[in-house]
Amino acid sequence: MIYREAGQFKTSYAADQAVFPIVQDRVVVAAFLVLAFVLPPAVASEYWLQAVLIPFLVYAMAAVGLNLLTGYAGQVSLGTGGFMAVGAYAAFKLTTAFPGLSIPVVFVLAGVMAAAVGIVFGLPSLRIKGFYLAVATLAAQFFLIWLFNKVAWFVNYASSGTITAPPRTVLGVMVTGPEASAAARYVVALALVVVFSVVAKNLVRGRVGRSWMAIRDRDIAAEIIGVRPLRTKLLAFAISSFYCGIAGSMLVFLFLGSAETQAFDINQSFLVLFMVIIGGLGSILGSFLGAAFIILMPIFLTNAPHWLGLDVSVALQKQVELMIFGGLILFFLIVEPHGLARLWQIAKEKLRRWPFPH
Amino acid sequence: MDLLYGVFVGPFRDMVTAPTFLAEVLIGGVAAGLMYSLVALGFVLIFKASGVFNFAQGVMVLFAALTLVGLMERGVPMVVALALTIGVMVALAFAIERVVLRPLVNQEHIILFMATIGLNFFLEGLGEMVWGANVKKLDIGIPDESFTVAGILINKLEMTAAATAAVLVGVLAVFFQRTKIGRALRAVADDHEAALSLGIPLRTIWVVVWSVAGIVAIVAGIMWGAKSGVQFSLSLIALKALPVLILGGFTSVPGAIVGGLIIGTGEKIGEVYWGPLVGGAIENWFAYVVALAFLLVRPQGLFGEKIIERV
Repeated sequence: MIYREAGQFKTSYAADQAVFPIVQDRVVVAAFLVLAFVLPPAVASEYWLQAVLIPFLVYAMAAVGLNLLTGYAGQVSLGTGGFMAVGAYAAFKLTTAFPGLSIPVVFVLAGVMAAAVGIVFGLPSLRIKGFYLAVATLAAQFFLIWLFNKVAWFVNYASSGTITAPPRTVLGVMVTGPEASAAARYVVALALVVVFSVVAKNLVRGRVGRSWMAIRDRDIAAEIIGVRPLRTKLLAFAISSFYCGIAGSMLVFLFLGSAETQAFDINQSFLVLFMVIIGGLGSILGSFLGAAFIILMPIFLTNAPHWLGLDVSVALQKQVELMIFGGLILFFLIVEPHGLARLWQIAKEKLRRWPFPH
Repeated sequence: MDLLYGVFVGPFRDMVTAPTFLAEVLIGGVAAGLMYSLVALGFVLIFKASGVFNFAQGVMVLFAALTLVGLMERGVPMVVALALTIGVMVALAFAIERVVLRPLVNQEHIILFMATIGLNFFLEGLGEMVWGANVKKLDIGIPDESFTVAGILINKLEMTAAATAAVLVGVLAVFFQRTKIGRALRAVADDHEAALSLGIPLRTIWVVVWSVAGIVAIVAGIMWGAKSGVQFSLSLIALKALPVLILGGFTSVPGAIVGGLIIGTGEKIGEVYWGPLVGGAIENWFAYVVALAFLLVRPQGLFGEKIIERV
């Protein structure tokens, strides 16, 4: 960065292993977090909160989850939408069956439920890998969506087949349901995302993350040095599904308000996979950058013709949007296959030496 | 007790007491399976020669069918339209090789896979922008009607599709086994580096493979289009071809055919005899579960190459 780390000596192992070893980084991140909690609820309009910031947080959560599985443990999954659906329906059943349960607890329990389902569908990963596994996870996607469509118990026998977030409060503030303000929902989503990103970051720095990466890089070699593939892979599936489950319950409770199974279809799985790849495989920061990119781009593409003063029909706009979306994905993969996180790293490295590159 | 009866006895009793109906279900399944095989073939060709898992195959089917129908709607005779469509697919193969594959040489498989998903979106948008998004009727002169043989209803269109698939597989087999390019393709599939050192031009091979996959996509597009109209949902049949692929093995042409037949018949029989037990509409995931169960026993698929791993 523009500042240097010169003169900051590490005198303990704890200081050496810190997430942000440089004091300036710590200050910037802390300031950014405070701003993120305070500024948007006070300043941002309803539209910005509802259309940009809340979906960004929801998808960032899902992208972190998938990145743990695909980026760190190397198991490609196309079942993200299904696992998100498990979280959403579990949260709905829990909060309607036990109305007294506090909403954060509901979210965590929904995540646990999704983790259990994730373990079941992770079992094939012990025998099959690569694209075979990717296709096998599609079984989870289609089967789970079918299940939630067919079994009326999951929607409490509602004839419409939709699940709706009931009104619930946290510390006396309404955070879910139609009465909840966008600002309150934003703060809850942000708090969840911050807590679980810190957990994820520390997971991947520690023993668990290293065993995942060992399995990803060369599974047989990892097995020989004592990493147990069964436990490691299933743990990756469980934790990844836990994150996706929480993201799914956030999607319904904090973002959409009510949803059908369509909200969790195969496109959702691809969308999250895009975020992970464009953001950067094997990077927590990348998950956030990817989510921001994928959320902001359609909004930009929808508004761009207005700014340019062009008048295009809705159908044409939709088609052009698809083309640009596909084209941009290709462009990014060709220019930087390691994603936005890698670009950020390069920029940081360049800035550190600026203005004397040698 | 009712449940056990419904799962283990009822369906088999139904099969034995109404053999003609069973035969019809089976024939329907075989016909549907061959359609899946046609799409799966395109996947296998590309995967064999370049190791790219081409997710855009389904959209290539849609794109080919849209181009053909669009040209025919503008009064171009069928044969000319077909030739033009083949030209378009070959041009597409050149463009894909130049713009997508060449810059991504030596990248990981997952990156190439993602690139084909990007391609998928691009072609979908392009096809709809050029030819319009409404459902089009593709008339190839074969009526969608049925005749009976020994009391069994048989659909003419499905029979034509089956025959076409059989011919196509025969032609591909000859192309792969007997021609010079076919031999080069097999060499590239076996070992990229060895093929390169023998002077086989990798780029040309890729263009050829994508062109052949494009032509297979045209055939699949014509068959599916004649059956259910040319529309956006055609691109979704790619998803139906995936379990066929994992069942048959990613690298095997016969595997694609046999896998298609197994999935097609299994799906129909499952839906007709066991589907009502769980409320129907199991077609969406049944194929995947069959393929998954199979993979647990034989991870490389029916005809896939045995995966040998070393440290």
